[in-house]
Amino acid sequence: MAIRKAAAFFMLMTLLGAFNITAAETPLKEASFIPQWVPQAQFAGYYVAYEKGFYKKYGIDLTILEGGPDSPPYDALKDHKADFATLWLSTGIREDAAGAKLINIAQIVQRSALMLIAKKSSGIKEPKDIDNKKVGLWDEIFQIQPRAFFKKYGLKVKIIPQSYSVSLFLRDGVDVASAMWYNEYHTIINSGYDPDELTAFFFHEHGLNFPEEGIYTLADTFKKDPRLCRAFVSASIEGWIYAFGHEDEALDIVLKYMAKAHIPANRMHQKWMLERMKDLILAGGEKSSVGRLSPEDYHRVAEELKSNGMIDKIPDFNLFYKDCRIYDEE
Amino acid sequence: MMKNRGIAFKLVFFILTSCAVIFLVIFAYNYLFSRRIIIKNIESSAKNLTLVTVNKIETVLCSAAEVPESLAYFLEEGSYDTEEMLKLLKSMVENNPAIYGSTAAFEPNAFDKDSLYFAPYFYRSGDRVEFKYLGNDSYRYFYLDWYQIPRELGRPVWSEPYYDVGGGDILMSTYSVPFYADIGKEKKFMGIVTADISLAWLEDIISSIKIARSGYGFLVSKNGTIVSHPQKGLIMNETIFSIAEARDDPRLREIGREMIKGKSGFTPSRSIFTGKECWIAYAPVPSSGWSFGAVFPKDELMADMIRFNRIVLGLGAAGLLFLLIVIVWIAHSITRPLRILAKTTRDIAKGNLDFELPAVRSKDEVGELANSFIYMKGALKRYIKELTEATSAKERIESELRIAHDIQMNILPKVFPPFPDRREFDIYATLEPAKEVGGDFYDFFFIDDDNICFVIGDVSGKGVPAALFMAMVKTLIKSTARTTSSPDEILKTVNEEVSGKNDSCMFVTVFLAILNVRTGHVDYVNAGHNPPLVIHAGKEVSFLKDATGPAIGIFENGVFEKERIVLRPGDTIYMYTDGVTEAMDSGHHLFSEERLKETISKLAGSSIREIIDQMLEEIKSFSHGMPQADDITMLAVRYFSAAKPDRARAAHRTIVLKNSLSEIKKMATSIAEFGKEKNLPPDRINDATLVLEEAINNVVSYGYGDAKEHTIIIDVDLAGDGLSLRVQDDARPFNPLEVTPPDIHAPLESRRVGGLGIHLMRNFTDNLEYKREDGKNILTMRIPCR
Repeated sequence: MAIRKAAAFFMLMTLLGAFNITAAETPLKEASFIPQWVPQAQFAGYYVAYEKGFYKKYGIDLTILEGGPDSPPYDALKDHKADFATLWLSTGIREDAAGAKLINIAQIVQRSALMLIAKKSSGIKEPKDIDNKKVGLWDEIFQIQPRAFFKKYGLKVKIIPQSYSVSLFLRDGVDVASAMWYNEYHTIINSGYDPDELTAFFFHEHGLNFPEEGIYTLADTFKKDPRLCRAFVSASIEGWIYAFGHEDEALDIVLKYMAKAHIPANRMHQKWMLERMKDLILAGGEKSSVGRLSPEDYHRVAEELKSNGMIDKIPDFNLFYKDCRIYDEE
Repeated sequence: MMKNRGIAFKLVFFILTSCAVIFLVIFAYNYLFSRRIIIKNIESSAKNLTLVTVNKIETVLCSAAEVPESLAYFLEEGSYDTEEMLKLLKSMVENNPAIYGSTAAFEPNAFDKDSLYFAPYFYRSGDRVEFKYLGNDSYRYFYLDWYQIPRELGRPVWSEPYYDVGGGDILMSTYSVPFYADIGKEKKFMGIVTADISLAWLEDIISSIKIARSGYGFLVSKNGTIVSHPQKGLIMNETIFSIAEARDDPRLREIGREMIKGKSGFTPSRSIFTGKECWIAYAPVPSSGWSFGAVFPKDELMADMIRFNRIVLGLGAAGLLFLLIVIVWIAHSITRPLRILAKTTRDIAKGNLDFELPAVRSKDEVGELANSFIYMKGALKRYIKELTEATSAKERIESELRIAHDIQMNILPKVFPPFPDRREFDIYATLEPAKEVGGDFYDFFFIDDDNICFVIGDVSGKGVPAALFMAMVKTLIKSTARTTSSPDEILKTVNEEVSGKNDSCMFVTVFLAILNVRTGHVDYVNAGHNPPLVIHAGKEVSFLKDATGPAIGIFENGVFEKERIVLRPGDTIYMYTDGVTEAMDSGHHLFSEERLKETISKLAGSSIREIIDQMLEEIKSFSHGMPQADDITMLAVRYFSAAKPDRARAAHRTIVLKNSLSEIKKMATSIAEFGKEKNLPPDRINDATLVLEEAINNVVSYGYGDAKEHTIIIDVDLAGDGLSLRVQDDARPFNPLEVTPPDIHAPLESRRVGGLGIHLMRNFTDNLEYKREDGKNILTMRIPCR
């Protein structure tokens, strides 16, 4: 009880940004972080925390590595190129089960943004209409939820591997496309389709809520310096909260990183993305729940992976997840 | 609001408003009509422009597409070896500068059963053409758009434009052509032939488009992505829809949707560049599914028309201003003289006729009005001069009339009693003049010792002639009465005298009577006059007989008959003019003879002075507030008794005093004279003087409630051995004998005032009597003389 209270107080102080004893007392610790994709508002919290000096405030001299298709974050962790990385929960569990010894130190995204999307003009209005249609799917972990979804509704579909663009869907090459709510959905809208012309299937609305990005580190890293992990999580969450409260400033920061990485940037698209991230991260409704991984979500994802044969056994939740928001050194 | 405004304002307001309305209607029609024509012209030139531009793009795209298409055709023919194919691919890149790279990518294991990927790729690198095989685990081309889309769609496709990965900022698009193999009756998909084509020329075509100053062309891809636009930052970063979202411009989004659906149109919007109103014309590029748009800035294209309209508006405004000046000038030329005339009229009303009118030279209505004013000024001046003269003449006449009236009033006897020493009768008269000089008169005079003549008359008409006529008649009567003592003779003579010279046809009604004071006989003639009333002592009242002759001055030979009545002591004759009976009340009712008789009957017991005064009051209250139309004249004669014998008269003296204490001296002198004359002992005379002094003092000091002049008559008679003193006054009833004898033993300061005089009287007289008679106090005292 006493620990819980102290932890709650600590967390509160952290959120208020008043906790900077570390920064004042000790020299900065070097650390690196890689997001699992190219710079965009999907990772706004980290860039904002960096730009606003939150990491420094928590005693971290952070380097943010550029993510993207050529730099899988898990590899970066494994190769010790990065101390922290974001991974999807399903990826995290799969890699951990395969013996990678990963620790989830914060589950940032609480709700699944992955979705299937179809045009009403192709006659798809509810799940059963997808039967015998061409469905564009991304690979690996992006297929877990759709396949569970097809199984759930007893659908037979023709799967077409989907690239990063939605052109195939826009040109009617497929009837149903995979999409991230914060990304491709808006791309489709901004390619001239009105929301009412589309049918959207959100997996979290079909009992398949797979929380996505979480912050991971190697078990060794955690063991060596849990304070660093805790500081990283605190600063990152603070960055997210700040980004949600200062949308324009956050967008300016994100766009700066995008320009640096030569990524085509579209402010409205990033704005949409940031707003959706807010929905996904604050899905619990309270700022205090940001970063929490619930055992229910964990087991839902792990069970699904196991039943798909992607893992042999489910890792112990308490070993997999360390709630750094309330983690005490002892 | 308009009511209070001047003519100038109304003219300006209405004419200017009307003209402005007319002008604006014409202007608006002209504007709308010319605008429509211009927009129509813009629309048709916009269509031309898009058509020409799209054709240019199409031409380039189609010619570029021919190369990979022919390669695909070649591959479908089937019989070729690898070397031949690679040679063909290479020459394709080498010989076509527009092609940056080209591949023939085969389906998994389709070219070689042992290799999953087969995609030989020739591409430019600097000036050389390089070669490599595409496809490995990290570049699985089967799942890329350039491969997947034409594969799934089964037709050639231009990819979404993209920036060349290797080199710089060259915008590229890949044209992918699927090729098939005939397996039996089915076509089997074998792979895709591609040509990476630079779109640099596209930029040249589109950036060369300049519409007015800020108009431009732009190109969007099938997905709505901005491919060409003067604002470079938008290219490949934004779609037309994200711009619409950022600008919150649903209209633009709608245009974008039309464009990606391959439609053409011409529609109003706002420029992405300037934010100003514009038209967007758009048309599809059919082979690629892209869409070309052109922005026509409205303000710039309409600038000429707007300038033209501004000039027209300016001219209109200048015209209206000119019109305003003209109207103001005209209005001023009308209203300035009018205002002066209005002011002048006010001056005229105040009486100032010495005004100067400004010269109005115009011959219009205003000029006419000014001339009329000048004429009016002359006419008014003349008229006022005449009026002034007439008024002064009238004033003179009126003043003369007033004098005449005063003279008329003065020739009437007005002191009553006129004959204080005659006890046989009493006579009283009054004439209440109307405002205008009238012709009423009355008169009385003794013809001889026993006969008194009294006359009342009313001359026809009013004014100075009536007054003069009255004076003449009155004088004539009096003078005639000296020669004859018969009423009929008198009037006959007067009538002859008057009628003979009566050119003005005036006449006069006259009642003339002669009373013999010894007998009470009255001879009278009524020459057309109102019948007098006789008040008998027994209170009976009756009218005398009607006229006994015509009014004087009508017939020269008029016959006047004499009548006679006999008055008993106490009887009264009451005479009046028609001013009494014809007095009117506010309802135009006459006072009438009936009312007169009734009123007189009520007053019968009073003295004649009271009767006449009361009658006057009565008439005034009757005609309450109405102006008096005629003179009111009343004359009353009351007969008492025959006179006493001459002998008694010898020892008699009448002393008439006014109600003033200063008259006591007069009384004392007169008594002293009387005593000397009759050889009376001086003591007794002193006693008489003392007693009388006391009596008069009482009457004068306490008897009258008013400030009027009254008469006190004292009769002194030497009868037998005593001196009889009779004091007659018209004061308030007062019996001195009823006063309590004074307490002479009482201290001086507590004695009552007045009582002492009576005490004195009792001591000096042997007989003291008081009676009230005919409204008079009569105190009789006897002082013994022997």
